Amino acid sequence: MQTLLWLVPLPPLIAFALISLFARGKRGLSHWVALVSAGLSFLGSMTLFAWAVGRQDLLENPLAASTNWLPTGGSWLRVGVLLDPLAALTLFFVAWTVLMIFIYSVGYHNYGQPVGAHDLPGLPPHGAELKGAHGKVPSVEPLYARFFAFISLFAFAMFALVVSDNLLVLYVAWEIMGLCSYLLIGFWYARPSARDAAVKAFLTTRVGDMFMLLGMAALYSLTGTLNFREILSNPVVLDTLATTLSPVFGLSWAALIGLLIFAGTIGKSAQFPLHTWLPDAMEGPTPVSAMIHAATMVSAGVFLAARFFPLISAGWEAGQPLTTPMLVMAVVGSFTALFAALIALGQRDIKRVLAYSTISQLGYMVAALGIGAYGAAVFHLFTHAFFKALLFLGSGSVIHGMEHGQLATGDAADPQDMFSMGGLRKKMPVTFLTFLAGALALSGFPLLTAGFWSKDEILSSAFHGNHLIIFIVLALSALVTAFYSMRQVTLTFLGSPRTPSAEHTHESKVVMTVPLVVLAVFAIAAGWFGVPGSFLGLGAFLPNFIGNFLGGTHEAEAGAFNATPLLVSVGVSLTGLFLGWLVHRKQSSPSIDPLKRGLGFVYTALERKFWVDEAYDLVFIRPAKFLAETVTSVWIDRGLLDGILHGIGNFGNWFGRTLRRVIDIPVANGVPDGAAAGARWSGLKLRLTQSGHVQQYLVTSLMLVVLAGLVLLLVLNG
Amino acid sequence: MIPLSWYLLVAAALFCIGLFGVLARKNTIAILMGLELMLNAVNINLLAFWSYLHHAQMNGLVFAAIVFAAAAAETAVGLGLIISAYRRRGSVTANDLDTMKG
Repeated sequence: MQTLLWLVPLPPLIAFALISLFARGKRGLSHWVALVSAGLSFLGSMTLFAWAVGRQDLLENPLAASTNWLPTGGSWLRVGVLLDPLAALTLFFVAWTVLMIFIYSVGYHNYGQPVGAHDLPGLPPHGAELKGAHGKVPSVEPLYARFFAFISLFAFAMFALVVSDNLLVLYVAWEIMGLCSYLLIGFWYARPSARDAAVKAFLTTRVGDMFMLLGMAALYSLTGTLNFREILSNPVVLDTLATTLSPVFGLSWAALIGLLIFAGTIGKSAQFPLHTWLPDAMEGPTPVSAMIHAATMVSAGVFLAARFFPLISAGWEAGQPLTTPMLVMAVVGSFTALFAALIALGQRDIKRVLAYSTISQLGYMVAALGIGAYGAAVFHLFTHAFFKALLFLGSGSVIHGMEHGQLATGDAADPQDMFSMGGLRKKMPVTFLTFLAGALALSGFPLLTAGFWSKDEILSSAFHGNHLIIFIVLALSALVTAFYSMRQVTLTFLGSPRTPSAEHTHESKVVMTVPLVVLAVFAIAAGWFGVPGSFLGLGAFLPNFIGNFLGGTHEAEAGAFNATPLLVSVGVSLTGLFLGWLVHRKQSSPSIDPLKRGLGFVYTALERKFWVDEAYDLVFIRPAKFLAETVTSVWIDRGLLDGILHGIGNFGNWFGRTLRRVIDIPVANGVPDGAAAGARWSGLKLRLTQSGHVQQYLVTSLMLVVLAGLVLLLVLNG
Repeated sequence: MIPLSWYLLVAAALFCIGLFGVLARKNTIAILMGLELMLNAVNINLLAFWSYLHHAQMNGLVFAAIVFAAAAAETAVGLGLIISAYRRRGSVTANDLDTMKG
């Protein structure tokens, strides 16, 4: 089992290497390599999950192994793997969604379709013309192999993150995912909007990561280890951290580190105020949106927070006041849940609605962790991954159908605008049914769907923990969630087609619909494994498998069954669904939103996403640009620094010229010049003796010899 | 027995004749011949001194042989140069060969 645990993340990494080295441009080969690798990881994950389910004491004795990695003087940073209930559960949904999304991508990128004559790498395919056919048909993605290479690397990072046993390896995987997210959002890099979105996502998440790195450094310097079990399962360490004060704001070290690590979650899971990158990330291909920005990567943030729950909640017992990081999480999470749900109301783009819905649901999980409902948060993480991946893939299928209609008719409608759809239920029955299942799960349709059970558990935890404000905020956002889900379903699938494109859609291929069906099954059924034990009659009949599995990470005790949260949760869900249908059931115009009439100014605020992007532009980007372009460049760089440098340069110039005038020309030049002139002069004179006549030379030498002889004679004799 | 001085006188006369030829003749071949005379005058001196003063050793003979060899080599090189100069300039007159004039 240990070996298997080590091996689980590796196949996609190998696939990434193989595809990028050997399968460039070979479409079939690249997707088979990717699919086989995803399948291997999937089989490994399922084996591990089955094994983990069979173990009673997994919480106390998780499967763990590690080995030395980087020497740090006296000790080692270690790399290792860990399979505890949280990791096992995460591994389960990650493996399923990754495999489904891989399969779906084959169809989404039009494998088997002809190559479009005008398709360029870096742009979505424009469709190909066929001889004798009317209009165009979809054409295959030009960078098909590259896509599979990237998502394989991404899958590797996600698996590695889940099975990692220490924060350092987790952080490395975390950053690889950041990179893949950047690459995949910018997959259609020839579109400026995609490039901007990629940069935005990368930089925004980097803000959170920076704080997380600080938290990691603090943790390492205090405890000397980054291993999860040595820190989080060790009451002594936790107690020390919770009781020693840090130098910042009188927080304990546990609170400070908890907050810093939570900042990483804010970035990765797109919580307010770092949520703005996620909706823009919808520029990427839809499978990417589903995988990275719904099912796995953004879940990693919540996963991290759940991992560090023991540290975040160090010193807290059920019923006591929340610790500082918990309070921050509860506030940020519930605020984000409502805030993003409201924005989703005013969006027209089918994927953007889902993006805001993702932010909102992640807010739910964060809030649940904040109020100490660890089990409920992880449960919601689990169910959300399935139904949100389903919704994204469903929306991808819809967009695909719309694009097909657009190619066939030459219509100019935006294929992602819900208002240009309508009546698709007859054209795309499988997509409709599965999307409906996902939307109902998202809105928490009572009893049947997974979303109901996990959301209800969060609401009931908030209620029983006496966090009334949070309870109300979360209930409100559940209402809004149900509303926009039904709005989406009504606009997209019900009524009658509003544009020619919508009339000419047809069902996507089997390779796309099968993953939808599989995920729909989970979207419905995943909740049945987490029915709380105290729930009316049902609790006795369906054991709370997930709750028991995750086990006793001190959770707010549900106590006696209370009907209030249940009624509220059922009520808001049904009301929201009904209202959503009521408002949009008669939609016939492809442009006007009836909500706009009703809400007026508020709608504009929603449509503009509460001007958060504009505010950031005003508060951060413009000042940063001003700082860079005017203050730094013009004033400091060109004015001050260049001034100093020019001064130094001018002084050097003057000094050099003076030296030249005083020393160089008269002395250094004069002496050698004089010597040269002397040599020249004497040479001129002496050259007269060089007649070129050999015999003159001989006479001269004879005379000199005679002279020398005479001198010698005189000297010797005298 | 002929005294040593006679040999020396002959050698000196020969040397002077050679020297005169070297300094006074215009033809380079004649200058070369003058040089040969001077070298042979030296050889006579060497052999005479050896014969009269150091007969027990072979120094003088060896010196003379070396001078012969050097003279032969010098003549070969000198004649080669003269032929080459003649081919290029059409003249073997010493005064015409003044390319090295400073």
